[in-house]
Amino acid sequence: MAATYRLDQLTVHHLATKAGGAAALHALDLVIEQGEQLALIGPSGAGKTTLLATLACAHQPTSGQFELLGVDPWALTQAERHALRSRLFLAPQTPPLPPRQRVVTTVLAARLPRWSLWHALSSLFKPAEPQAAFDALSRFGLGDKLYARVDRLSGGERQRCGLARVLLSNAESFLVDEPLSALDPTLSQLTLTALQQEAAARNATLVCSLHQVDMARANFSRIVGLRAGRIVFDAPREQVTDAMIAALYLNESMDAPMPAFHDSPARLAVGACL
Amino acid sequence: MMPPAPPRKRASLPLVLAMLALVFASFWTLGLDWSGFWSPSALSTTREFLAGFAPPEMSAPFLVKTFIATLETLAMSALGTVIAVFAGLALALIGAGRFGAAARAVVRLVMNVMRSIPELVWATILLVAAGLGPFAGMLALAFHTTGVLGRLFADSLENANLHAENTLKTNGAGALAAFVYTTLPLLLPQMMSYTLYRWENNIRAAAVLGVVGAGGLGGMLKFHLSLFQMPQAATVIIAMLLMVVLVDAASFALRRALTR
Amino acid sequence: MAAAQRHPDPAFRQRIVTGIVCLLLLWPMLVYSEFKPWILFDAQSLKSTGAFLAEFFTPAHDVEFLKMVLDQTWVTVAIATCGLALAMLGAIPATLLVTERLSISMLGTNRMRLPARALRQVVRVILILLRSVPELVWALLFVRIVGLGPTAGVIAIALTYCGMLGKVYAEILESSDAHASDSLLVNGSSRLAALLYGALPESAAELISYTVYRWECAIRGSAVMGFVGAGGLGQRMDESIKNMAGSEVSTMLIVFVLLVALADLVSTWLRKDLV
Repeated sequence: MAATYRLDQLTVHHLATKAGGAAALHALDLVIEQGEQLALIGPSGAGKTTLLATLACAHQPTSGQFELLGVDPWALTQAERHALRSRLFLAPQTPPLPPRQRVVTTVLAARLPRWSLWHALSSLFKPAEPQAAFDALSRFGLGDKLYARVDRLSGGERQRCGLARVLLSNAESFLVDEPLSALDPTLSQLTLTALQQEAAARNATLVCSLHQVDMARANFSRIVGLRAGRIVFDAPREQVTDAMIAALYLNESMDAPMPAFHDSPARLAVGACL
Repeated sequence: MMPPAPPRKRASLPLVLAMLALVFASFWTLGLDWSGFWSPSALSTTREFLAGFAPPEMSAPFLVKTFIATLETLAMSALGTVIAVFAGLALALIGAGRFGAAARAVVRLVMNVMRSIPELVWATILLVAAGLGPFAGMLALAFHTTGVLGRLFADSLENANLHAENTLKTNGAGALAAFVYTTLPLLLPQMMSYTLYRWENNIRAAAVLGVVGAGGLGGMLKFHLSLFQMPQAATVIIAMLLMVVLVDAASFALRRALTR
Repeated sequence: MAAAQRHPDPAFRQRIVTGIVCLLLLWPMLVYSEFKPWILFDAQSLKSTGAFLAEFFTPAHDVEFLKMVLDQTWVTVAIATCGLALAMLGAIPATLLVTERLSISMLGTNRMRLPARALRQVVRVILILLRSVPELVWALLFVRIVGLGPTAGVIAIALTYCGMLGKVYAEILESSDAHASDSLLVNGSSRLAALLYGALPESAAELISYTVYRWECAIRGSAVMGFVGAGGLGQRMDESIKNMAGSEVSTMLIVFVLLVALADLVSTWLRKDLV
């Protein structure tokens, strides 16, 4: 099976950084095969979100080689690159859900890359696939919230709602940023299991950044540790020792300056609003 | 011993003097004849004039005419406002910079000009193309309100949180679909609020546009005043007042319902 | 389909009904506003529009005309300023009467004496009437009483804005902290003193800001009032349009837009500087 991602000496800068400023990610080497599931761990400010954004084709690298599904996405035309994006799915840490929208509509938004504009607009008036939405939500325990408003959900429910979109998309690569931050241990396990089952069923690649190191070690066969923009270790779970973890998180907030909060880049080059 | 008083920041004296000078110069230029105002002849003229208004004309055929004119005025204001919402939104997308900085600057200038020109001036100009009647008035309101709403919508759009929209675009959704699914619902309550406020303004504007030939209650008022038919004019003014009060109340109720 | 029936959309019926209601309202709106966009494109219309526009793009710029336009612009500003000054003269006493905050009869009992309450209601209603009648209608009426010219415009602005200023001044004062003025009233000071020493210091900024904003609106309003003969730029513009003198209209429009932009600038600057 071809590799989903091939990163070779990849360097990525924060969007607002001036030339010559500190990089967010330094000279990363990473290869992820199709169908692999790996956990990304590291202290705050290590660059996990930036890495996920880069893998999702939302953030252009400054230097180095970046190969996605066999092509260099940033050498393509805008339209081709956008078509490539529909094969990936990025689930950000803050649930990207408009507050007054109903859950059914916001979850079905995952289908937008496949729908024509007319179909998308008519689904706003009457949801096109409520059954599919219901099935996806049920796997995260939210079936009864199908027609509820997003702002009436709790933080944990909103987070799971954002993840339910993954199940409705067509993606071959899931990039999930901190999916468990608002969930208790039982729900965390349920959520992670649902994600992993779906990824396995589709033979999709799953890259999941986690703060909960024990969940990472318990559920993922490959762990990548990131610190200050560099990969500290990239090993199968059996080889990851407590000492390595401790070293990774050592003095975590002392040196690395806190970057501006991780919001999506302000202007995505996806073409005019037509 | 008492400590000395510290210096206080005052509004700059030259500025206050300049404002007073402006007021005096204004009165001087206009040369308003105050004595003429309070003279017995002026007072009695005024009294006769006002007395002519009562009782207002209440005959059934005239009331029907007034009612139809009210509907014309309402239709003018409503349709003009609705058109302005769509046109304003389209312009706001450009005016928020989604099509580049140059387009944004041009559109913002256009919107500024559109809203600087008062509805009445728009109406007199549009009468050339659209002829007499409520159509010109409706277009005038549409043009003016597009400038106002376009500017307000553009500012809202620029300040909106684009996280949800960007995420959908990252995952492959088209630009327009992503906008309609995320940012538009986010902005909609505020946009509706602005629109309803503008309707309150537009109903008053529509009422007077008839004065320059755009039909409706304004047209009736001008007609009857020019013939010195005061009772009829009084009825029309009362109808205007009732209509304004009604629209204000409806706007208030709708705004409350939307922010539930 | 069985799948769709398992999860019927609860909002669907309401949306259909709303949609139908909107369509039902749209039809009469189109009819009553004589919505015939094709009129804009018929031969007669296009000819006049074309001729008008052709002249429009060459603004009149002979010195006589420009001097007249500038004169009239000053007259417009003067009408607005006088009107607003008179409006304030009326609004300030009205505010004193209407603001419950300054009610002496309310001290201690939290209820107003009947005559006081009646007076307040009467003043309130007068203010509402003053501002609900569009200023142009006032101008129309006063042109009949005092004749053509700026006087009618000044009175129209004074009356309408008195209503507006009175209401908003009262609202601003009501929303300020009651404690300062309450204490003064309880200790026997007059209403005016309580206003000046108690409520005003806190609300002054907002009051001034709103008044300057209204001055800017008054300038727009007085320009428009010329169309019914109340003097200023509007009157000349009306004549030029009736004569189909596109170039004159174009110059005056440009001057007008500049005037509005200038007033906006001055207003913003004043509000920053005074408060």
